[in-house]
Amino acid sequence: MAGAASSRSAWSGVVPLILYRVGAALLTLFLVSVVVFTVSGLLPGDAAQEILGQSATPEQVEALREEMGLNRPAVTRYFEWLVSIVSGDPGMSYVANMPVREIIADRLPNTLKLAGITALISVAIALTIGVVSAINRGGRIDRVLNVVTLSLVATPEFLVATLAVLLFSVTLLWLPSIALVQADATWGEMLRSLALPILSLTSVVVAQMARMTRAAVADQLDRPYVEMARLKGVPFSRIVLFHVMPNAIGPVVNAMALSLSYLFGGALIVETIFNYPGLASLMVNAVTSRDMPLLQSCAMIFCGTYLAMMLVADVIAILANPRLRA
Amino acid sequence: MISRPLTRRAAIGAGLAGAGVLALAGCTGGQDRRPARQGGMVRVAGHAASTSDTLDPAKGSTTLDYVRHHMLYSGLSCFEDDTLKPSLSLARAMETDDRITWHIDLHRGVRFHDGSELTSQDVVHSLLRHKNPELGSKVAAVAEQFAEVRSDGRYGVVIRLTTANADLPALLAVSHMLIVKAGQERPDGTGSGPFRLEDFVPAVHTILVRNGEYWIPDRPKLERVELIAIPDEVSRVNALLSGDVHMINAVNPRSVRRIHADPAFQTMITPSSLFTNLVMRQDSMPTGNPDFVQAVKLMLDRPLINRAIFSDYAAIANDQPIAPFQPYYNPNIPQTLLDTDKARWHVQRSGLTGVRLPVYCSTAATGSVDMASILQEYGSRVGLNFAVNRMPADGYWSTHWMRHPMTFGNTNPRPTADLMFSLFFASSADLNESGWKNERFDQLLLEARASGDEALRGELYGEMQQLIHDHCGVAIPVFMSFIDGYDRRLKGLRSVPLGAFGGYRFAEYAWWDD
Repeated sequence: MAGAASSRSAWSGVVPLILYRVGAALLTLFLVSVVVFTVSGLLPGDAAQEILGQSATPEQVEALREEMGLNRPAVTRYFEWLVSIVSGDPGMSYVANMPVREIIADRLPNTLKLAGITALISVAIALTIGVVSAINRGGRIDRVLNVVTLSLVATPEFLVATLAVLLFSVTLLWLPSIALVQADATWGEMLRSLALPILSLTSVVVAQMARMTRAAVADQLDRPYVEMARLKGVPFSRIVLFHVMPNAIGPVVNAMALSLSYLFGGALIVETIFNYPGLASLMVNAVTSRDMPLLQSCAMIFCGTYLAMMLVADVIAILANPRLRA
Repeated sequence: MISRPLTRRAAIGAGLAGAGVLALAGCTGGQDRRPARQGGMVRVAGHAASTSDTLDPAKGSTTLDYVRHHMLYSGLSCFEDDTLKPSLSLARAMETDDRITWHIDLHRGVRFHDGSELTSQDVVHSLLRHKNPELGSKVAAVAEQFAEVRSDGRYGVVIRLTTANADLPALLAVSHMLIVKAGQERPDGTGSGPFRLEDFVPAVHTILVRNGEYWIPDRPKLERVELIAIPDEVSRVNALLSGDVHMINAVNPRSVRRIHADPAFQTMITPSSLFTNLVMRQDSMPTGNPDFVQAVKLMLDRPLINRAIFSDYAAIANDQPIAPFQPYYNPNIPQTLLDTDKARWHVQRSGLTGVRLPVYCSTAATGSVDMASILQEYGSRVGLNFAVNRMPADGYWSTHWMRHPMTFGNTNPRPTADLMFSLFFASSADLNESGWKNERFDQLLLEARASGDEALRGELYGEMQQLIHDHCGVAIPVFMSFIDGYDRRLKGLRSVPLGAFGGYRFAEYAWWDD
């Protein structure tokens, strides 16, 4: 009974927050789309020039521009896009002759797969490293883990990825050097082809999350309530899992949300090195081919994901810590 | 006529009835002595792919586009070897008396992948669609020469040109001119080529399987080919060495040794007429000063450029666009050598000593950034002060190239001398990079294009090369080679100097030897 009441009051604190955040998110998305549209309009050249390439004549470019509707004012084009995206259709790609929806539907599952698996693995590793080194603060294990995580933070992912390819693919011939997406691949095959991208991404995001976890847990371990619990004879593992973790979860979840939204849109370098068809490389492609509808849609997805992740992190923090509900 | 040695081109030009049979014999002959085995699945990685990848031959713009199109569709003619003389393909004869009106006779019984027969209607549709401005065809400029294309019976096509052009068979051999099915505004891969389309995802992959009913018997050998792109050069070489792909293109000259270190892999080095050139606009100063142009040509250390930038996988060029292996190359033009004293004399005569001159370069024009640095170094020795401006590759062609007095350009091989000259050097050409105008050159261009006399054409093209070498505002230091890397089990490859992957047509001949 008491549990039900407390959970009801917990949600009643959270629902207005969610509504407020969704409203703010829509506004943010609108502003981002304006900025992306304006900035990409400043880039030299347009889709017609990019399609026809280096050896196009001015007449050819003009004819194609006319055909694609690129000679209309930028504001008109922007509002056309805005109206269509609000009605749920991101429109046709300028260069691929395909609906943007289809192109993204091809890529999105790949990004979700890579980000999802990496998240599962790296969150587990990061929590373990963070908690273990916080418990052993100042000890040998803590120092070793510190050195490892700090060097991982300092190593750029292209270096990790390239070294991993040289070792595991070229020298040992254990794993494929490129991540091919095959429609009929089994889970085992998929994991094998994704092994190196996951390894590279994990080594980037784990360090950040582990450092944050260590700091948050260590901070809580110094609090008087921990000492009290120890004096009462509560087993240490119970103190860490049930007393300390709920209090430390806020900053930890926040760090995780940041890392995970990075996995979504920032995996460009890993996607390039392993030739993985994800969303980040699609967006870069949209920039170089000046494919405005595709570029805008990618920007919306990345921005939306980021906002959603932050919202989820805040909600979790509030639910875990009643003091934040006021 | 009988006393003259019968080259393929002469045969086509003279309109002999036997030309088709003769040329086709060249078309089917293999170079490998060992028996070619059928089967094998290979994966091939190109250096670029984007969402603009296409199944439409008219719009092809990357190496992989050209490879894909040659696998799916057949052309009226084709380039089969390094002589760059066109052979007949879907056309079994191409006849003309005046090089204005051409009569084409198609092979009988050629079938598209959907079983329908290829007829003159398909050819007419395929050639005329390039004239539609809304299509955005890459060869729209060439198609302007077609005054009329009409069918003459089920298997006959008549092409009437606006002006005489002896090179038509070569112009029809490029991938953009491949034959698609009549009525298809957006070709979907249904062609008469050696492979059928299984799956195509732009910017990701193309999967092609052997066409068992290909109209040339005993081809192709490979069972299944997957085309992917790995833009990063290091990753591409790694993918080859780890066995994930079996052939790659655009190998950096510095990676060649790495590939050769493993006995299971080999490189195919194809000399080509691909070049990166320094463009000096003739319509602005000081680049329009002939003494300045001469000075720049004299201060290019061509062997150094070849060695330092291309690891000697390039050939020294002589400021004109026809490479030594190409038909009509003029070997009698003296090679311009590094001569700083003479260059200094020209600089002093032009009164430009000490003037600051901005040069625009970019990674978009291969090797141009390093070339600009070398130019700057030698410039300081002769009293010229070059300021190197390195521009981003993105947007370089539309915003910088030809838009400043000194920029770098990059020109891919063109199948004929006429096309190279008319696209890049004729006074009225949109892409006349340096804005060079020469009446004599324009006159020779038209005369050579119309002429059916090979010896005369050789003379005319020779003089045009001399004119460019002496007067044009472009400096062409070297011709780069195409470097492909491949797994040694892939056999039957031949290099065709038009492009990577055996002139984009490796899949036609290649076979897999386990």
